[in-house]
Amino acid sequence: MTRFILQRLAETLIVLLVMSFLIYGLIGLMPGDPIDLMLTADPKLTAADIARLKALQGLDQPLINRYLAWLSAALHGDFGYSRLQSLPVWQVLAQRLWNTVLLMVLSLAIALVVAIPAGVQAAARPGSLTDNIINLAAFAGMSVPLFWLALLMIMLFSVYLRILPASGTSTVGVHSVADHALYLIMPVLSLALVTVGTQLRYIRSAMTEVLRQDFIRTAQAKGVSRRRLLYGHALRNAMIPFVTILALDFGTLLSGALIVEQIFAYLGMGKTIYDAVMGNDFNLAMVSLLLSTAVVLLSNLAADLVYAWLDPRITYR
Amino acid sequence: MTSPRAAEAIPAPRLGRPLGATRARRTLRRRLLSHPLAVAGAALLLAVGLLVLAAPLVGMALGVDSETQDLFARAQPPSAVHWLGTDELGRDLLMRLLEGGRVSLGIGLIIAAAAALIGTLVGLTAGYAGGRTDALLMRITDGIIALPRLPLLIVLAALDVTKLGVPEQWAHSPMLGFWRIAVIITLIGWTTVARLVRGATLSLREREFVRAAQALGARPMRIMFVHILPNLAGSIVVATTLSVGGIILLESVLSFLGLGIQPPMASWGNMLTNAQELIWSAPMLAVWPGLLIFLTVISCNFLGDGLQDALDPRT
Repeated sequence: MTRFILQRLAETLIVLLVMSFLIYGLIGLMPGDPIDLMLTADPKLTAADIARLKALQGLDQPLINRYLAWLSAALHGDFGYSRLQSLPVWQVLAQRLWNTVLLMVLSLAIALVVAIPAGVQAAARPGSLTDNIINLAAFAGMSVPLFWLALLMIMLFSVYLRILPASGTSTVGVHSVADHALYLIMPVLSLALVTVGTQLRYIRSAMTEVLRQDFIRTAQAKGVSRRRLLYGHALRNAMIPFVTILALDFGTLLSGALIVEQIFAYLGMGKTIYDAVMGNDFNLAMVSLLLSTAVVLLSNLAADLVYAWLDPRITYR
Repeated sequence: MTSPRAAEAIPAPRLGRPLGATRARRTLRRRLLSHPLAVAGAALLLAVGLLVLAAPLVGMALGVDSETQDLFARAQPPSAVHWLGTDELGRDLLMRLLEGGRVSLGIGLIIAAAAALIGTLVGLTAGYAGGRTDALLMRITDGIIALPRLPLLIVLAALDVTKLGVPEQWAHSPMLGFWRIAVIITLIGWTTVARLVRGATLSLREREFVRAAQALGARPMRIMFVHILPNLAGSIVVATTLSVGGIILLESVLSFLGLGIQPPMASWGNMLTNAQELIWSAPMLAVWPGLLIFLTVISCNFLGDGLQDALDPRT
């Protein structure tokens, strides 16, 4: 088991390294470069000045050299400054990462609380009215464009009812948990609603698979109560594939968070990535993209480990 | 008494088409038709498709088009000329919706087909060749699946294509947005079909009819495309149908964020970009495009789900 974990960890690190090079290359292909930005700010710069500045910053070097320089600085803990925020990249990201984690964890929790009982009920009576209604709801959640759902919520809660703020992370000058919570309601709810759709489908199909098996019939014959049969016997086994899919689907949740943050102007990782890419903030874009890749890769690793931990039948060399 | 060998030697009756195939097809149609949501999805898709194709006719009949601006009639309510009213630049909303539908549906179908093609080729190669080729191809596939999609799509959509050697005049043509989005979504979209096809190929490779073809000296290409591929057609169609919805969603998100289809070309996604700013004064501008995305995507999902059930012998 230890060997398996170490091997998977090493693989993840290698993939992350490859991705850091790819992202670095892609960022180099974005419009303009730092010196071009200086040129637009100061038209008096001559061509000779620009060549000198590029040489000074190492921008005339081949891609691989520039990447290695970045990597060695990054490994020493120096990720550079954010151009837009005039702050070290880490300072910008720390608060925003926390905001995104809060958004994702809350949405995920709400989605699970709804999806698990509903999915179990749907699988318990296939073809019933409950099953059909839950199935329709799941399809609706899977198919609704998240950004449109968010716009409709703004329309309902901010334009007509005027009870929730349309966008932002907190009211300027107010520092209270209640105020922050008010700004979280719509982002969390919209993200939870679309997440519930896919989760319902996963839970239902995992449960259906388990309910077909012999040990369920044995338990039934033994006279186990329905509740205990569904939640004690079936759900515990259905959770194995479900948790795995949940962890593998982490990237989707992260993409959803990006959309939600953008629409509600909520200062999290997603909005940071978007603003950094759009605003030529190369250092910030590089690190925030790499960080989100790392989070997703680690959740995939977690999926493998949780799978092994939950299912004692699986052994690793 | 005849020996089993002799019985096998009796030639099978020659028919224009194998009997089993037509029967299977008829069963499939019956099972699909008994799936109400799939029928509803197919009908809705057909309706949206026909309406969108008829856009020029609708425009002629009403005397409107999707590009003429009228800054004195911005965000107007529905009228006899403008059935759904006008948008933020005074353009006819109905025509914009139909034109946007052409783009969104077109992109969904093009990408789904391209992704299915790439996925099938990769999956067949990996599954049939096995060994190192398989390991390498599946590593790449798993790697792409593991990445955070939207953040990377945003970077890819923001690239300066002239730095990749694309000529200036292409880089500034209005069609660039369309093809760029088609290429980048295809690049990450082929993985589902690839894994599916690879898995099925692995098991088909060991079956007797493939062994027989190998023994008869058929080339790997022929075995893959003539003997294995037809057995996978059903699952590929299902996976592709199910993927169209997701692709339309992805395109609309990117266009909404200003990274996909660029105005003045309409797409359901980019129509919502400006609608967000006008949400206080003209909320219907935000309702229609989103509703069409929602209905189209849910129809694709219903149809795909119905096809899957119809093809799955266990249900």
